[in-house]
Amino acid sequence: MVDLWSGLAQAFWLVVTFDKELLEIALRSLQVTLSALLIACVIALPLAALLAVRRFRARRMVVAVLNALMGLPPVVVGLIVYVILSRSGPLGALGLLFTPWAMIIAQVIIIVPLIASIAHQSLRDLWHEYHDLLISMNVTQRQKVATLLWDARRALLTAALAGFGRAIGEVGAIMIVGGNIDHATRVLTTAIALETGKGEFALALALGFVLIALAISVNLAIHWVGRTEREGRW
Amino acid sequence: MKRTIMAAVFALAATGAAQAEEMKMAVTTSFHNSGLSDILLPAIKEDTGIDVQLLVVGTGQAIKLGEAGDVDAILVHSRKAEEAFLAAGHGTHRREIMYNDFIFVGPEDDAAGAGKAEDAKGALAAIAGAEADFVSRGDDSGTHKKELSLWAAAGITPAGAWYKEVGAGMGASLNTAAGMGAYIMSDRASWLNFGNKAGLDIVFEGDPVLFNQYAYLPVNPEKHGHVKSDLVAQLEDWLVSDRAKELIDSYTIGGETLFVFNADQMAKAAE
Repeated sequence: MVDLWSGLAQAFWLVVTFDKELLEIALRSLQVTLSALLIACVIALPLAALLAVRRFRARRMVVAVLNALMGLPPVVVGLIVYVILSRSGPLGALGLLFTPWAMIIAQVIIIVPLIASIAHQSLRDLWHEYHDLLISMNVTQRQKVATLLWDARRALLTAALAGFGRAIGEVGAIMIVGGNIDHATRVLTTAIALETGKGEFALALALGFVLIALAISVNLAIHWVGRTEREGRW
Repeated sequence: MKRTIMAAVFALAATGAAQAEEMKMAVTTSFHNSGLSDILLPAIKEDTGIDVQLLVVGTGQAIKLGEAGDVDAILVHSRKAEEAFLAAGHGTHRREIMYNDFIFVGPEDDAAGAGKAEDAKGALAAIAGAEADFVSRGDDSGTHKKELSLWAAAGITPAGAWYKEVGAGMGASLNTAAGMGAYIMSDRASWLNFGNKAGLDIVFEGDPVLFNQYAYLPVNPEKHGHVKSDLVAQLEDWLVSDRAKELIDSYTIGGETLFVFNADQMAKAAE
């Protein structure tokens, strides 16, 4: 209990004094996760729309596999990315291991199935509504996808936020591929693991509270930005 | 959206620009937990301009990182594993830098009587005899290997419910021991810097067999062409310099000296 209070107090002081190291690792956390989120959305959202619009034999299979991959264990993803990016692995020549890029790659792999699955759910429902209209207008596949994505943007935001939540709190994969190097790949979650290992529970808790606060404020900010275009249809 | 793109671009720029004077070195948790790296790294940066990026892992993983060429050099403490590393041609040579020592930590009342033993073997025999809880690193680190060699020397095969292999770093293992009131072998530095000593204390120390030699091993550039050999050599020269000697020997926690510099400053690095 004492640790909890001193953790809260320490978190408060770290934030109000603009602790330089805290600022650095918090910014890196945001940088890595937002980059991963952006890349994952570019992959996952069109994929989800295609899965809703196109009929092909393996569609059910692909959807089922995507759903299953939502529970992909981050440690395993980390290990696979590690082996591939290691200097003695197939992509070793790129020298990406133990850089923020390796962390971004791992996070993208972890959240693409999650975002695609949630997005597919809502796009499929919307497609039921739009199906006859769009078919009768004889639009191209690309236009169907674009229409669905635009009109379902609010639901897609939820999918993206779910992805953000999973990525920002993730530690297993990025610890392995990032290496938790001070001033290079240390982020909030790996710093928490490090301080816990040193027995510095108060500082670890303080960092944890900062992480939670960060996640909440990013969510609030995105919701606030979303509300400004409320005059639209949703 | 714009900000996200900016962040992505920034991430790219940050990793790209960072190539200049950086090298990666795998070090053991015990070295890093001691806090000595926080003293040495800024001094290295100041004197040589090299930004040493530390990967803090167990000796087993450090050696693997060196074999794969994912780091430029390693600083570890497990002589047998180091010699195997060199024999397989993964490193160019081995340079001893400094040593510290291991201690046995246990519950303050020392119910098993490990503290009354004359040497390290005796202390382990007392713990095993009492079947007192003992936490083992179990992670193939230098400390773990040392612990196993001590059990072997004592002629005991540790097994049973009292012997708990946690497969974790020094700090996490100390946390476990503190939670269970168990015995554990730790390097002195990690113990002194550990923040959660709840009910634990040093029960045995001082046997020469517990000395712990750290050595610096550059990764072989013939196997991995991308290794920054010039920076690695510069760092080695610094690590055996008088400046390093002074910083290492004068580093204390709570008035206790932790490391003793013992590099052979005359020896030329083997080619």
